[in-house]
Amino acid sequence: MINIWEVHETNKMIEHENLDVRTITIGISLLDCIDSDLKRLNEKIYRKITTIAKDLVKVGEEIEQEYGIPIVNKRISVTPIALIGGAACKSPEDFATIADTMDAAAKAVGVNLIGGYSALVSKGMTKADEMLIRSIPDALCRTERVCSSVNLASTKTGINMDAVKLMGEILLEVAEHSKDRDSVDCMKLVVFCNAPDDNPFMAGAFHGVTEADAVIHVGVSGPGVVKTALEKVRGENFETLCETIKKTAFKVTRVGQLVAKEASRRLNIPFGIVDLSLAPTPAIGDSVADILCEIGLEYAGAPGTTAALALLNDQVKKGGVMASSYVGGLSGAFIPVSEDQGMIDAVTANAITLEKLEAMTCVCSVGLDMIAIPGDTKASTISGIIADEMALGMVNQKTTAARLIPVIGKGVGDTVEFGGLFGYAPIMPVNQYSCEAFINRGGRIPAPIHSFKN
Amino acid sequence: MEKAVDKTIITVVGKDTVGIIAKVCTYLADNHINVLDISQTIIQGFFNMMMIVDLNTSEKPFAECAKELEELGEVIGVTIKCQREEIFDMMHRI
Repeated sequence: MINIWEVHETNKMIEHENLDVRTITIGISLLDCIDSDLKRLNEKIYRKITTIAKDLVKVGEEIEQEYGIPIVNKRISVTPIALIGGAACKSPEDFATIADTMDAAAKAVGVNLIGGYSALVSKGMTKADEMLIRSIPDALCRTERVCSSVNLASTKTGINMDAVKLMGEILLEVAEHSKDRDSVDCMKLVVFCNAPDDNPFMAGAFHGVTEADAVIHVGVSGPGVVKTALEKVRGENFETLCETIKKTAFKVTRVGQLVAKEASRRLNIPFGIVDLSLAPTPAIGDSVADILCEIGLEYAGAPGTTAALALLNDQVKKGGVMASSYVGGLSGAFIPVSEDQGMIDAVTANAITLEKLEAMTCVCSVGLDMIAIPGDTKASTISGIIADEMALGMVNQKTTAARLIPVIGKGVGDTVEFGGLFGYAPIMPVNQYSCEAFINRGGRIPAPIHSFKN
Repeated sequence: MEKAVDKTIITVVGKDTVGIIAKVCTYLADNHINVLDISQTIIQGFFNMMMIVDLNTSEKPFAECAKELEELGEVIGVTIKCQREEIFDMMHRI
């Protein structure tokens, strides 16, 4: 039987070390909503989302209360809208009405974000894909809870450089649309290489076409728990360090597995995956950068950071995989800048640069995340940064992403406030040299040789 | 047929005073909640008690018992939490 020390340990993690379940996300297929009439399409989408997800928030709160574990977010992801709206939408404005519908449905069921205003264009763009992408600035500006993502590359298809170029321009447009609010709408937009079909985390969640009609995914968290566990093994060798991370990750993930199974049972929706991610928040003691410091770095970004992060990421997976029957999504440590106090401190101390962050994304999920850059950065430069990130994902056969925030009217030395879980960020300098001629070439970069495995 | 055992862990944490266990047990008895196990210790100067109880014998639903125990805790000056046993089982047992 469970003893008092085990109960004490679990509750200490929850009460003092910020252990929580970061999100329960219901993935909903909208393929059966497709219609050539826009009004009917919107009605069907609204009805399907509000029917399937109607009890999500209530069930989430019940589980929170009965197990005493906070579930921070309840969210929804849907089939990429470029696929759903193609038959009905004749203009970017038509697509934006679907974003309105998603926003209204999210508000009706009480979820804080809904993902899937997305297009998958890793090899080429259909007319619908392009219209959806061109509607993103307007769609994100006029909605509150809709998140958008675009998959620009994959190991199998290479990099769609036309789309990379377009996204540089679109990102600046999104920034311009919300310039009176420090360009915050950019944080609802992310670009991917090798985007997973079952990611529960925003802004990049969408419900892939390989998925069932509706499915429950859970994203766990717990950087604070790992950090506290490591405080007890200061100065010990790497074997002890790795074992400690692994054991802690196991415990954290078991909670996610329990919540996922319970949510699935109570909502009568199949369980999909648990995403084993260390997702930080700006709260003190909930930082991935602090774990890196506990491993032995003065600041995240110091030499050794990439190795420390590689080790951390690998041990989290090794511990987590055994704790859950199905693992998927992004599964790894997140290194967002604005959402992690330790990372913000590292930027403020000039300990970390955009280039070091790029190197770190080679060994962890996901990519350049929540990074504020000067508002006068050229579109082609943004496309260049995106292309680099896509190349890392393509060659290393992993998911990579970029969520950059060019803050219009602000430059290096300024700070932007995003609010709540999104935190704040000092604006980071960007390499000033041009890549315009490279980005303007047009076409696509072919898939790497090691993708030809057949 | 009798319902299966529905184990819930009650934890009581706070400053040690006379009668904490008595008051909690009185509440449980009044609500027909059977106690399966009790252990108690002092952790970092604080009174810590864990009880494993079976809520199935009670007529009140989980949420109501949890709320009333929380309120009782406020009256006594301690924190009382109710959690289903599975969260601890999942974390500490393979």
